[in-house]
Amino acid sequence: MTVDPIPRASRHIIRFSRTDRLMHGFLMFSFLGLALTGLPLLFSHAPWASWLARMLGGVTVAGVLHRFFAVILIGVFVLHVARLFRRVIGEKDYSVFWGPSSMVPQPRDLRDLQGHVRWFLGRGPRPAFERYTYWEKFDYWAVFWGMAIIGGSGLMLWFPEQFSRVLPGWVFNIALVVHGEEALLAVGFIFTIHFFNGHLRPEKFPMDMVIFTGSVPESELQHERAAEYDRLRESGDLERLEVPPPSPSTWRLGRAVGTIALTIGTALVILIIFALITT
Amino acid sequence: MRARPATVEIPQPPAGAPAAAQPTLTNDDCFGCHDDDSAARADGTPVVVKPATIEHSIHATIDCVDCHQDVATAEMPHAETLQKVDCASCHSDAADLFKVSAHAKARDGGSVVAASCVDCHGTHDIRPKTDPESTTHHLNIAATCASCHGNAEIIARGDLPRDMTRDFADSIHGVVLEKSGLMVAPTCSSCHGAHDIRPPKDPESRVGVGNLASTCGTCHEGVARQFEGGIHAAVLETGATNAPACQTCHTSHSVQRSESHGWQLSVINQCGTCHAERMSTFRDTFHGQVSALGSRSAAGCADCHGAHEILPASDPRSPIAPANLVKTCGQCHENANANFVKFDPHADKHDRARNPALYYTSKFMIVLLSGVFGAFGLHTMLWLGKEVRLKRGRRGTSDTR
Repeated sequence: MTVDPIPRASRHIIRFSRTDRLMHGFLMFSFLGLALTGLPLLFSHAPWASWLARMLGGVTVAGVLHRFFAVILIGVFVLHVARLFRRVIGEKDYSVFWGPSSMVPQPRDLRDLQGHVRWFLGRGPRPAFERYTYWEKFDYWAVFWGMAIIGGSGLMLWFPEQFSRVLPGWVFNIALVVHGEEALLAVGFIFTIHFFNGHLRPEKFPMDMVIFTGSVPESELQHERAAEYDRLRESGDLERLEVPPPSPSTWRLGRAVGTIALTIGTALVILIIFALITT
Repeated sequence: MRARPATVEIPQPPAGAPAAAQPTLTNDDCFGCHDDDSAARADGTPVVVKPATIEHSIHATIDCVDCHQDVATAEMPHAETLQKVDCASCHSDAADLFKVSAHAKARDGGSVVAASCVDCHGTHDIRPKTDPESTTHHLNIAATCASCHGNAEIIARGDLPRDMTRDFADSIHGVVLEKSGLMVAPTCSSCHGAHDIRPPKDPESRVGVGNLASTCGTCHEGVARQFEGGIHAAVLETGATNAPACQTCHTSHSVQRSESHGWQLSVINQCGTCHAERMSTFRDTFHGQVSALGSRSAAGCADCHGAHEILPASDPRSPIAPANLVKTCGQCHENANANFVKFDPHADKHDRARNPALYYTSKFMIVLLSGVFGAFGLHTMLWLGKEVRLKRGRRGTSDTR
């Protein structure tokens, strides 16, 4: 390799802490695992389903792995909520609820959406985005909602005898449909829309490294999140957030993880589409 | 001493004839020519018959001319072409049975390949079926039948059913018969009969749908009794020919051990050939999905409905009768309770009357999925278009940002 892929010319600004990135890592790992081990069941009629189940060590092993990944993902979810609680209660940090550091949808998001679409259509400038864009918030809440719905229905299906002490059996019929359809939504969304928005669109291709390195070159921040950049510069936080460029080993690891995740995800999408059009 | 079927009419000397009267032609006379290794017709086909062959056959005690009656009075050397031996002259019972058989009817219809007596029993070397070397010994019958039914040329010439002999050899019946050598294992004639083999479509056939339970029940008596108490047998008794008999699920020649997981999984599809709607709703559930992936860790049809004595839910003896559900589900789900069994193992998300909550949930999910994918699909397309245009424009003006 002759060209150094790491952009060193620009200053690097920290965007995600080590914990954030680690959490996203576990989220990716467990989500991919759940998708791999769950899809054969959802598309059990597809010719590839029994092949994939066999590759995973058989239906029983796939089932055990599915529950293993589920426990990790539930752990990530619980830890995330616990960290939010610590910010609010421990650190009295109410920026969780409103403002640029909040995931709560705000009027600005609606304006950004309108402006973005106008920009798509060539009828306006690219909106100056803040720290979290509207599509990133949608990703976040989709996962949040998905965790509750898929996780909750999954637990019901894992422990039907216990749940049936309080719930009538037909709830499991609903739990199975909801678990499968929501999973299809989550998998389909992450492996197409999120992959495109975050990684595969021409400006980002092949992937956005920020979730792996934690930092973003100053020029990129200015281009993509002009409102955040201006806010940080005016408040003087930009200097405080400056970090050294990512090390080659971090970069390589990020590339590898990102490539594996994008490949598995895209392959699964192809399998899903194949199953949907052949039935 | 050889056992002899009671129905054989042994040729007796005419009443009043001297006991010592000798036939006009003795076996020794015949062997005078036929024992010679060079005995042959004008066209060269050999007509050698060794005394030892006759001595070992069940017909050792009768004379050549008892069968070849036209030779008795012929001048020697007799004509090359003799009358066909008429086995019926002694074996009239077997011959009567044979007359109604598919073999006889095919011969009557002009078939030259359909089996006659000698094709199964042999000619000069006929041995009793108790003789392990007999072509009709229990352990040899499959091979005897296969000499035609496993022969591609004869199958084609005689318009025979497809070759099922290899299916049979691989079946549990064939394996215990040929590999284990079990005399109690069925061979062809155990199910089809021997002389009076009728085609399965013949209502009197042993393997016709109406008679199968009693045919299989000769060995599987307990199972036949269970089957006769079930709904399938009740439907069969009404004369319905599309109701399942034993072979519908078990196949006729490829019968597998019922313990084999492969068979248990394949029989699910067999139920589905008639119960298509139940099958499709089963496949929508965890039970059906896991089974479709080739695992027996989830319930298949028979685990809940029973196998031979299948009864409708309205019958209090049925395992799926409401009062029995906790016990039936409890076979796998140890702590199943009254709430648990309100699960619908054949829930249909398209059936609003049967599963209203599921119906609306499913509709909601469709709206949710199409809404999200529709909106974001459009968003993505517009975004992609914009960025592609931007890249092109930038290349054109060599502008970096």
